[in-house]
Amino acid sequence: MEKKSVFRRFLYSQKVAPYVFILPFILTFLIFFAYPIVSTVVMSFQKVAGENTTFVGLKNYKTLMNPVFYKSMKNSIFYMLVSCAIMIPIPMVLATMLNSRHMRAKGFFRSMMFVPALTSVVVAGVVFRLMFGELEGSFMNQVLAFFGGDPVIWLRKPLTVWIALFILCLWRWTGVNMMYYLSGLQQISGDLYESANIDGASSVQQFRYITLPLLKPTTVYVLTISIFGGLAMFTESYLLFNGNKSPNNVGTTIVGYLYRMGMEQNNLGIGSAIGVLLLVIVMIINVIQLALNGTFKKGE
Amino acid sequence: MKKKNKTLSILLFLFFAVVVLITMLPLILLLASSFRPGSDLMRFGLNFDIDWTMANLDNYKLLFSGQNNYFNWYKNSLLITVIQVVLALFLSACVGYGFAMYDFRFKNLAFACVLVVMMIPTEVIILPLYRLIIGMGIMDNMWGIMLPYIVAPMLIFFFRQYLSGISKEFLDAARVDGCTEYGIFFRIMLPLMKPSFAAMGIYQGMSSWNNFLWPMIVMRTQSKITLPVGLQSLMSPYGNNYDILIAGSCFAIIPILILFVCFQSYFIEGMTAGGVKG
Repeated sequence: MEKKSVFRRFLYSQKVAPYVFILPFILTFLIFFAYPIVSTVVMSFQKVAGENTTFVGLKNYKTLMNPVFYKSMKNSIFYMLVSCAIMIPIPMVLATMLNSRHMRAKGFFRSMMFVPALTSVVVAGVVFRLMFGELEGSFMNQVLAFFGGDPVIWLRKPLTVWIALFILCLWRWTGVNMMYYLSGLQQISGDLYESANIDGASSVQQFRYITLPLLKPTTVYVLTISIFGGLAMFTESYLLFNGNKSPNNVGTTIVGYLYRMGMEQNNLGIGSAIGVLLLVIVMIINVIQLALNGTFKKGE
Repeated sequence: MKKKNKTLSILLFLFFAVVVLITMLPLILLLASSFRPGSDLMRFGLNFDIDWTMANLDNYKLLFSGQNNYFNWYKNSLLITVIQVVLALFLSACVGYGFAMYDFRFKNLAFACVLVVMMIPTEVIILPLYRLIIGMGIMDNMWGIMLPYIVAPMLIFFFRQYLSGISKEFLDAARVDGCTEYGIFFRIMLPLMKPSFAAMGIYQGMSSWNNFLWPMIVMRTQSKITLPVGLQSLMSPYGNNYDILIAGSCFAIIPILILFVCFQSYFIEGMTAGGVKG
């Protein structure tokens, strides 16, 4: 057996090997995550012009106290709240219905519901922008006309903008969330329902006292992804309005405003301040969630 | 009792038939519109009033004519997706294996970092990342799109979970037989992980193929941009943009739909991988 060099022996030792395995993560974490986080915090206190930076204290944050930023904040939070409110109960009920033993062709319906998730947000945005077009012949206006309504300029007024955004959200994610709930449902033992049947519990009672509590882990997960997805929403609005330019900022979100300041107006200082605020919000939600999960965690 | 069940069955079936029809409507609308000229869309809007006698494949012919960048974008997206899937699978498998099979100092701290990356929306750091990419000289370069996301925390998490079912004594046996630490990984573990590669490959493939915001920031040259960014750039109704936009959107999802039909269970497993297990 040939003698291995000291370096080789070091690299191949059982002590060093794990660090070699996780090295790719450590490197990308430091370079592409930790460093950007630190640098965005630093930039948020600076005026950034190319390579030149000057310390400006809290000026960037003070600049953010303007109506447009408040509006984008309000929009993001509203979007997050409503998307949580619709993207949990609807998929849950659909999954329960689909999981019913009276249901035929489960596999087919399950797959069909999943198809929208396969389309890229851009393709979805293209179709929805055109469907919600302002022409009389645009699909949604035809639907309105069918029910005797007048054509609407959908992407102009807040109410109709929100309708379009939530329908888009519902369309793309119902299938995915339903899938989470289906796998949650499959982990509930059928015995529970059988004994409930024997005790004469109605299906509504069974849903309320068996299904709902046992789906809690799934609900917590879906809630988490909906909160973060909702807060960081930008692309959907960008596509619906064909750019980061909704009339009167009806569709401007936090990330949209960050993009506008940082990328479009090349003001990395203010953009970073927005990023830091978003980071703080996300951290607060994480801490709340960890605390809640810690308190109510069932014994594992 | 039996009769009641039957009615319930039919009602459920009808209900889902309607739900699925509504769900598929936008895609059917897109497909149907791809057979009519884009100028119709600009004049009359996107709808089902299609004169089927006039329907033709001109839009698709235009896609393949080479008079536009469509196939460049397609190629770029395909190339980036393939490279990113291969690299992300391999590197994340290494990391996941390291976390699952070894005990080492700072392991918990390092794994906490994985969770932190998963928890923070990537949009928070796009500005510093953009500056970093400029500094590294990889703007307008496909490595600028891929490098920051070359190791995927989600994949690490999944692989670690997957491997945690494998006994560590197995490793010791291999060591006794003279296998090196890396030999164990390459010769024994990678083959064992194959089933998880399918689902995770689809997860990573879908996110690379559909990624929009970051590629839009990194790429500047019109012929180098990716498919989603390219399609978005066609949304302003000039010239024959809409012809390419609609047919191009269809052509962007058709391959994925075919793959989905063939590998459904992997798709569903991959794209819902974040769900709670047990």
